[in-house]
Amino acid sequence: MTITQQQQAVISRRRSRRKTSNAVASVLIGLCVVVIMIPLIAILWYLISNGVSALSVEFFTRDPVPVGEAGGGLRNAIVGTLMLLAIASVIGIIIGVAGGVMLAEYPRNRLVPTVRLVSDVLSGVPAIVMGLVAYGLVVVTTKHFSAFAGGIALGLLMIPIVVRTSEEVLKLVPVSVREAGLALGLPQWRVILSIVLPSAASGIVTGVMLAVARVAGEASPLLFTAFGNPRLSLNPAQPVSALPLSIFNYVVSPYEAWHRLANAGALVLVILIFITTLLTRLATRRRH
Amino acid sequence: MTNPFILNAQDVSIYYGQKRAVNGVNLNVAKGTVSALIGPSGCGKTTFLRAINRMHDLTPGARVEGKILLDGSDLYGADVDAVAVRRRIGMVFQKPNPFPTMSIFDNVVSGLKLAGIRDQTVLKGIAEQSLHQAALWDEVKDRLNAPAMGLSGGQQQRLCIARALAVEPEILLMDEPTSALDPQSTARIEDLLSDLKKVTTIMIVTHNMHQAARVSDTTSFFLNGDLIEHGLTDQIFTSPRDERTEAYVTGRFG
Repeated sequence: MTITQQQQAVISRRRSRRKTSNAVASVLIGLCVVVIMIPLIAILWYLISNGVSALSVEFFTRDPVPVGEAGGGLRNAIVGTLMLLAIASVIGIIIGVAGGVMLAEYPRNRLVPTVRLVSDVLSGVPAIVMGLVAYGLVVVTTKHFSAFAGGIALGLLMIPIVVRTSEEVLKLVPVSVREAGLALGLPQWRVILSIVLPSAASGIVTGVMLAVARVAGEASPLLFTAFGNPRLSLNPAQPVSALPLSIFNYVVSPYEAWHRLANAGALVLVILIFITTLLTRLATRRRH
Repeated sequence: MTNPFILNAQDVSIYYGQKRAVNGVNLNVAKGTVSALIGPSGCGKTTFLRAINRMHDLTPGARVEGKILLDGSDLYGADVDAVAVRRRIGMVFQKPNPFPTMSIFDNVVSGLKLAGIRDQTVLKGIAEQSLHQAALWDEVKDRLNAPAMGLSGGQQQRLCIARALAVEPEILLMDEPTSALDPQSTARIEDLLSDLKKVTTIMIVTHNMHQAARVSDTTSFFLNGDLIEHGLTDQIFTSPRDERTEAYVTGRFG
């Protein structure tokens, strides 16, 4: 069936209208991308221009020095942040994965509604309140500010994130895999431990890394738990410094040198979170 | 007199909540035979099969009544552990399901390794034997540590058969094992079955009548939860006693 000239005109009019609307939409979407990038670029620009001058090898190897003296770094804060994240991760992983396993693998257990409720409530608790909880539980009883207290506060913040992502990832493991394990005559706990969890491992790692990235930047729960320490400390039972804390203290100070240190610290923190998120993406993409 | 039957199902009824899916089935399976369960979709053959290795324990609301005796002992007895039952009875599923994170070797020996057997010599010996029995050894002997998911569909299913055989089950249950496979893989697996009779007893659910006719010694015809007729395969297909059986095997319905 041949197309008449009139029909042909209609077709080409519609084609050029589609092309125009396509071009307009592409431009609009491009603009949106630019708008989204602006805050990120602005932050990086500000931090880099104000803080990079303080970044040096010394920044990573020396503790802060008294005002007036030259040099100094934030070694104590960087190590402190890593220590706190390590303690928090142990708590977050163990309790979070256990919670996720219970919700996903034993859904008819009578404790499940409670566990789910607790997890949901925890996810809504403000960070500073979590710090208060850790203060009451750990600092008051041990009569010390400590990295343990700070790590516990951050760990409590991590738990609901790990529970939620673990549960979702475990539910994605097909029922057929579980059935195969059970049909071999393996008990359910063995099937979960040796077959289901390894299948879900990369997803769980993602959840943990997301939770770490979330709590790495929290300052308020550390204010009265880890408390801060002007010197490097590797003792988890003692107060410890952390990047967010140092940034907070230095930014409100009147000293220019400390402002630069704070900006450098903020830059290091942002890069730390950026690397964690990047590793997370790489870990998930590795699946063939 | 010793019981020639490895499995006796006595008045077995299976309920999902209030709905009865299998009605009072009586079935005996002789040792060292291939027994086919046929019938149209929804007739209860798979439901019955899965009751044998207590897979319905995992389904909330499912209830099994009656007795299922494996070599004389009631699988649904009062103190019987379902996990122990499943160690004596193997299952191969419709869709091949090797453990995705494990290698071919680890998959085959998983039933033993995860139950605590660590001796590498023992495991290697059993793996080789099981892979031979599943007619997969020649294709994988040089890459036992390769990921199991890299195998083709037919190879994966043979791997699942090897995995089930490694724990030396008294009965091997097969739930439509070739329905997801191409004809060539199907033929290869069907060829296995007559050899497997020497090491175990096989019960195979199939919606493909011709497969049942090809591979089985006895056939049971299910319809709407009832066991209509049971007998030697030749007899069921050439001179069925019940008119419903005849209607099904001649293709008038189903």
